[in-house]
Amino acid sequence: MNIHIRNGRLIDPANGIDAQQDLYIVGDRIAGIGQASAGFAADRTIDADGMIVAPGLVDLSARLREPGYEYKATLESEMQAAVQGGVTSLVCPPDTDPVLDEPGLVEMLKHRARSLNQAHVYPLGALTAGLKGQALTEMAELTDAGCIAFSQAEAPIVDTTVLLRAMQYAQTFGFSVWLRPQDPHVGRSGVAHSGPVASRLGLSGVSPMSETLALYTIFELVRATGARVHLCRMSTAAGLELVRAAKKEGLPVTCDVGAHHVHLTEIDIGFFDSNARLTPPLRGQRDRDAIRQALLDGTIDAICSDHTPVDDDEKLLPFGEASAGATGLELLLSLALKWSEEARDQAALPRALAKITSDAARVAGLAAGRLSVGSAADVCVFDPQARWTVAAGALASQGKHTPFLGYELTGQVRTTIVAGHIAYQR
Amino acid sequence: MHNPQLNKNGELQHLLTIEGLPKANILHILDTASSFVSIGDREVKKVPLMRGKSVFNLFFENSTRTRTTFEIASKRLSADVINLNIAASSSSKGESLLDTIDNLSAMHADMFVVRHAQSGAPYLIAKHLNDTQQSHVHVVNAGDGRHAHPTQGLLDMYTIRHYKKDFSNLTVAIVGDILHSRVARSDIHALTTLGVPEVRAVGPRTLLPSGLEQMGVRVYTDIHQGLKDVDVIIMLRLQNERMSGALLPSAQEFFKSYGLTPERLALAKPDAIVMHPGPMNRGVEIDSAVADGTHAVILSQVTFGIAVRMAVMSILAGN
Repeated sequence: MNIHIRNGRLIDPANGIDAQQDLYIVGDRIAGIGQASAGFAADRTIDADGMIVAPGLVDLSARLREPGYEYKATLESEMQAAVQGGVTSLVCPPDTDPVLDEPGLVEMLKHRARSLNQAHVYPLGALTAGLKGQALTEMAELTDAGCIAFSQAEAPIVDTTVLLRAMQYAQTFGFSVWLRPQDPHVGRSGVAHSGPVASRLGLSGVSPMSETLALYTIFELVRATGARVHLCRMSTAAGLELVRAAKKEGLPVTCDVGAHHVHLTEIDIGFFDSNARLTPPLRGQRDRDAIRQALLDGTIDAICSDHTPVDDDEKLLPFGEASAGATGLELLLSLALKWSEEARDQAALPRALAKITSDAARVAGLAAGRLSVGSAADVCVFDPQARWTVAAGALASQGKHTPFLGYELTGQVRTTIVAGHIAYQR
Repeated sequence: MHNPQLNKNGELQHLLTIEGLPKANILHILDTASSFVSIGDREVKKVPLMRGKSVFNLFFENSTRTRTTFEIASKRLSADVINLNIAASSSSKGESLLDTIDNLSAMHADMFVVRHAQSGAPYLIAKHLNDTQQSHVHVVNAGDGRHAHPTQGLLDMYTIRHYKKDFSNLTVAIVGDILHSRVARSDIHALTTLGVPEVRAVGPRTLLPSGLEQMGVRVYTDIHQGLKDVDVIIMLRLQNERMSGALLPSAQEFFKSYGLTPERLALAKPDAIVMHPGPMNRGVEIDSAVADGTHAVILSQVTFGIAVRMAVMSILAGN
């Protein structure tokens, strides 16, 4: 199908475009920007007057809960949530049940996702069998099956020798290792940032040291092995300072932050609101300020939704017993826009979009997140003025829990195109 | 942010914590308690304030002492009391906390007295009742995790007022395991709200939570400095499971460093009072000579505790 998107403001951070330009799609590719390719005849015209035309979003962490946790969410519901949120490529962590540590499981997931014909799904393979931190997985086989990198999700490796070997092995084949920096012991039983709020509420704390101790180890192992490491869900000022220094030193590291942590702090726990029970925990004001600064100066490469659907039974519990996580796919765009609005400068909007498109794609090594002629036609058309209220009924995801419930956010997706196919329209 | 323990008119609907409770509400509870103290001395120890009301004691964590005092307080108010030791029943059968609450509400409960090992559990129950149009049912927090034990905090204030009359010139030291203590947190909030100029927390670094100073407390790790010239000493119970491990090497060493002995008590003002929420570990946090000595008001705390719990329950039932 040939699609003509006209009258929109086209923002493509990768190519430095922010202008009133039409976009032309032929089949699954972008065929023209500003002017149509020779002989173009539209089968479908989308009027994007007043809209922004951007690359489809690339989300570095979305839990789809398949296989194993279908009571929390299914591939159908979460893939719908993705395109409703303008997300056309998503990376999913391996902490499913069973864990994504065998090529067969990855192939099945990829097959299931392809048959739904919505967003592209890029699984992370488990770095160790069963995420147990003991034996390496068949990384080469898993890569052939479709894994783009290897991760321990929320299970830090206790034995540092195993982590060293895993990084050596990954480096041998040029695979990336994605790690959330968390010490296997410090803060392990904690449920909230160790600080005044946790002390007052009597919640067990997760010290920022949990993040920094892990970073010291990881960076030393990167120096020793040369492995490429992506650091997931940075949360502390001290941790970001270490990442900044590591990048300056020239270590092959990148990092991301969950969208919640760009906006919220420990204060948002309020009176034990389990919707604000997240991993890593919401930190202090100073940490949030450091996150925003690190986004501006490029220390943080990307913002992800950290989409984690949790059902009522696991959320309507005392704070410390509730499962961590929040729904996020449908909030990612609005939360990035909220950050750009609050930054209030000329380049703010393209910069915010880069963090959820081109920069995220670069981190994941994907040929996505850009609107170049000849690249895949993954496009998000959104209304930058439309306001919407976050409510369970407004979300396609089966996960209805988010600390942003009741917030009024700006920015609503009108059309999502995946590989030239209109996957969502409102 | 809406304070879930107050109703639309700003009256106390639930008692979940002392934090944020206005001074006037605290004093009203203490004054009401004074009028109940003498009931215990009467031949007929009952008033009809809660006749026909059903109070459910929901103890998700074992406690004989606190449950008993709530039971006595309810009975003296002529309420019907139902004790549920849930630690040993439904939750071990897999029923969720809120399902348990819905079932008991359907039996026309008027008040839940809740003890739970998780900080914030009574908030969850109060919010659920409010969200399901059952806001006429009241919740009293009888201790949740490390968070709060408001009736203990109030009875401690009653005791201090009884012996010291005025809060505005006192120095109070809270000694021991502050990190895990809901009593310490409730006492700190109550003391600062009532205008006590100096509240001290005394303990080893491993048992002091981070950011304690932001609750308006002066932190001491040396007990000699911490007890110097204080008017009130509140000793905390050290739980058995915390006596040896990564937090403390042994009960003996804790007693050596932080136990309240007659020599250390002598550092406080001559008329200082010694309090303890019970049950005491003699020879761990407190020397028997002090526990049984003239400065100790530990048994008065127990007596006043019943009057304070009667006051809380009757005030809630009236709102």
